[in-house]
Amino acid sequence: MKPALPDRFRRRAQRQWLIGRAIRRRGVLREVSNRTGDIRSGDILAFVTQRNERIRLPYFLDYYRDLGVSHFLFVDNDSNDGSADFLRQQRDVSCWTTRASYKKARFGMDWINWLLMRYGRNHWCLTVDPDEFLVYPHCDSRSLPALTNWLDNSGRRSFSAMLLDMYPRGALDEQIYQEGQDPLSIACWFDPANYAISKNHYYGNLWIQGGPRTRAFFSHDPLRGPALNKIPLVKWHWRYAYVSSTHMLLPMSLNQVYDEDGGEMASGCLLHAKFLSTFAEKSTEELDRRQHYANSQEYRAYSAGLQSGSTLWCRESRAYQDWRQLEDIGLISRGNWA
Amino acid sequence: MSGNIMLGVVLLCHADLDMAARMARIWAEGGARVAIHVDAKAGADDFATMQAALCDLENVVFTARHRCDWGRFSLVRATQDAAETLLHRFPDLTHVYLASGSCLPLRPVQELTGFLGLAPDRDHIESVSAYEVGWTVGGLNDERFSLWFPFDWRKQRWLFDRCVEFQRRRGLRRKLPKGIAPHLGSQWWCLTAETLRAILNDPRRQEFDRYFRLTWIPDESYFQTLARRHSARIDSRSLTLAKFDHKGRPFQLYDDHTRMLQESRCFVARKVWPGATGLLGHFPVTPTEALDLSAPRPARILRAINKTVSRRTRGRPGLYMQSRYPRKDSENGKTSGPYALFQGFSDIFPEFETWLGQHLSADVHGHLLGPERAEFAGRPKIGPGAIPDGVALRDRDAQGFLTSLIRISPRMQVFQFSPRDNQVLNWFMATDPNAHLFVVTGAWMLPLLHSEMPFDDVRRAAVWLQRAELEQIEVLNSVWVKARVQLHELSDFLARPQAILNEAVQQLEPRAPALTGLPQMRDMSGLADLLQRLQNSGLVPRLTGDDLLLSPPSDTQRTAAE
Repeated sequence: MKPALPDRFRRRAQRQWLIGRAIRRRGVLREVSNRTGDIRSGDILAFVTQRNERIRLPYFLDYYRDLGVSHFLFVDNDSNDGSADFLRQQRDVSCWTTRASYKKARFGMDWINWLLMRYGRNHWCLTVDPDEFLVYPHCDSRSLPALTNWLDNSGRRSFSAMLLDMYPRGALDEQIYQEGQDPLSIACWFDPANYAISKNHYYGNLWIQGGPRTRAFFSHDPLRGPALNKIPLVKWHWRYAYVSSTHMLLPMSLNQVYDEDGGEMASGCLLHAKFLSTFAEKSTEELDRRQHYANSQEYRAYSAGLQSGSTLWCRESRAYQDWRQLEDIGLISRGNWA
Repeated sequence: MSGNIMLGVVLLCHADLDMAARMARIWAEGGARVAIHVDAKAGADDFATMQAALCDLENVVFTARHRCDWGRFSLVRATQDAAETLLHRFPDLTHVYLASGSCLPLRPVQELTGFLGLAPDRDHIESVSAYEVGWTVGGLNDERFSLWFPFDWRKQRWLFDRCVEFQRRRGLRRKLPKGIAPHLGSQWWCLTAETLRAILNDPRRQEFDRYFRLTWIPDESYFQTLARRHSARIDSRSLTLAKFDHKGRPFQLYDDHTRMLQESRCFVARKVWPGATGLLGHFPVTPTEALDLSAPRPARILRAINKTVSRRTRGRPGLYMQSRYPRKDSENGKTSGPYALFQGFSDIFPEFETWLGQHLSADVHGHLLGPERAEFAGRPKIGPGAIPDGVALRDRDAQGFLTSLIRISPRMQVFQFSPRDNQVLNWFMATDPNAHLFVVTGAWMLPLLHSEMPFDDVRRAAVWLQRAELEQIEVLNSVWVKARVQLHELSDFLARPQAILNEAVQQLEPRAPALTGLPQMRDMSGLADLLQRLQNSGLVPRLTGDDLLLSPPSDTQRTAAE
């Protein structure tokens, strides 16, 4: 049946609905520390939702400070490991806390959409999780402001960075992660070439699946495996909204981060260091909370997979070296950023 | 100042006056006279800061400020004014260099003057005839001169486009002033004072200015055209390294370009990202005792830049990823390397896969597109590139499956195929010049021969497989085929299997020695009988070749059976 409204209007209505939700639910965010007055025009901002990630935060913050993020805006979802206190002490962090349901806030995106709308306008905004580390072409010699400056000059408003799952060589709990340690020194392996891509014509984004999670945990039903496409870096405007995690945005022109005429556009990767020693505990906890996407089926699969003692590593795994390696393999591209 | 060269610099500054002030200081301290034009759009505070920063330098003058809009005559006007001021204020100048506030001198100014001194009467200005196509990138070429451009491209894009469209439709053309031939080139030049004076003091200057006021991007054509009128000693090469990408935007230079820039021996480079502190600290290199007066050799850095442009516009063949997802037939190389498909061979020779693996230096897989699993060589659960052998994800993006496999493997990929397998890639492979398709039609019949299934089931399977293969053959016989296809009917193949296999292996590996043996062939007894039974049951076997049948079907029978 043909939809009653043309797609264009449906998308617009959805965008307005998303923005409306974000505004309506802003009340659940309780301010812990608000240093947003320090934000200068042209600063790059990071938006993060976190829950009980205290041990990961120091390295995470330093990593992005080094890249050139000037200010972090955190939503702390009911942590009880002291992470809110830790964040309060950081001079470049503003933090809000909430005990509301992660699931009912569309997996935190309502909160993030609100903060983006309120503080992200006219800034390049990076929306990531505490276990995601952005790499982009030339990231070893050029800072994030160099990238955003170039994107500005090229007339681009969004930058794609696919999620690349990283895992350790042995069992997940073999090496204990210490605070402040580079998680990628433990989880440094990735799958090079098992990604399936299809295009979502309604939102105009690419839908990427595959990687170790799908291979190991969803082998019985790989089509339900997690999506890996992400657009985490956006020059924000208050009328924008993330639709589902950072997989896609509205208006749909922001999802056009790929070339369809054979060329390559510049893109990066989010190295996803989820699979550390902290993971087993975390996944049991998350399973109890039942706050994740599609009935937490992802966490169910993990816990089943973990109990059988499987490792993610296989003979075809590659050890991560640098962005050049990712570019040679064809996971990222420098496009025309010479 | 070395020899009798006295260098003047016109510095056009728009934004980021801090950096512009640094550049002005480099030029001035190198011994050059500098005239600075600051865009009237820049803030008064910034301008005052810049003036204060440079107040200790005697050789620096600020000129009347104009509002500059990209692509308009205002840029030329600013240059003219600044050059006039400079020449008037410092009458002893021999050369004038046009640079911008984000142009970074790479070599000491003394080397530049020394280099100019080698041929003091030469004008260094890139100047290419506008009728020779190919200089401009992503813009109009000779139409820059033959149409009127009253609107600003950046601010009045809609009007701009309508205006160009209208003039094209009506066939309107401007008349060129007599005596000039339109030339284009990089806007950064170094002219002798003599030529520059001649241009500025030309008795017909008003006429030329009026004409260029309504051309498109006159800063890339005004001096380039008029220099041809006044100078006979043009070295048509800019001393400034300035490259543009496919959309006409300037390339930016970063810290990691330092080495390449140093090796290029260019005098000046643009455009430097203001945050590239390493680059700004490194250049200009300090002059050595003996001045190096060699000419610029930018070939390497230009090659590197061209490579990225081609990566942006054409991409890497056979790559499908988050930022390259070409439409059908825009792929610019559907796959990244040659691969081969053998269809029917594994039905005739059950051990064919192993046998072929011994005779080729390639990865020989089983049925990669098979209905139960992707049969990688050696049958691992996880194949090359960590691709799992499951069918669900493979069939969601079969093209991605095949192209990733080919791209990630260092060796050539060879695999078996049959009408039982997933057929979605038939068009893709047939239209891919990298594909070698070796097909024996009708060979799918052989496994049915000894399957010991009831005849009804055999017949049903035969109907289905024959239909699949007929559809595939139609693809392979179409006019769009780009693959190298070797198509044989089963009877034809059985008549000379050794020769056909030899040909196939030779095609894949021209230097391989000729084969002398064949793998074990499947027992063919009862084939003719089965074919006859199928025919009698109303299904005409159409792909095995006629000589295997006891009595070939007549044409009327054929049509009826369909």
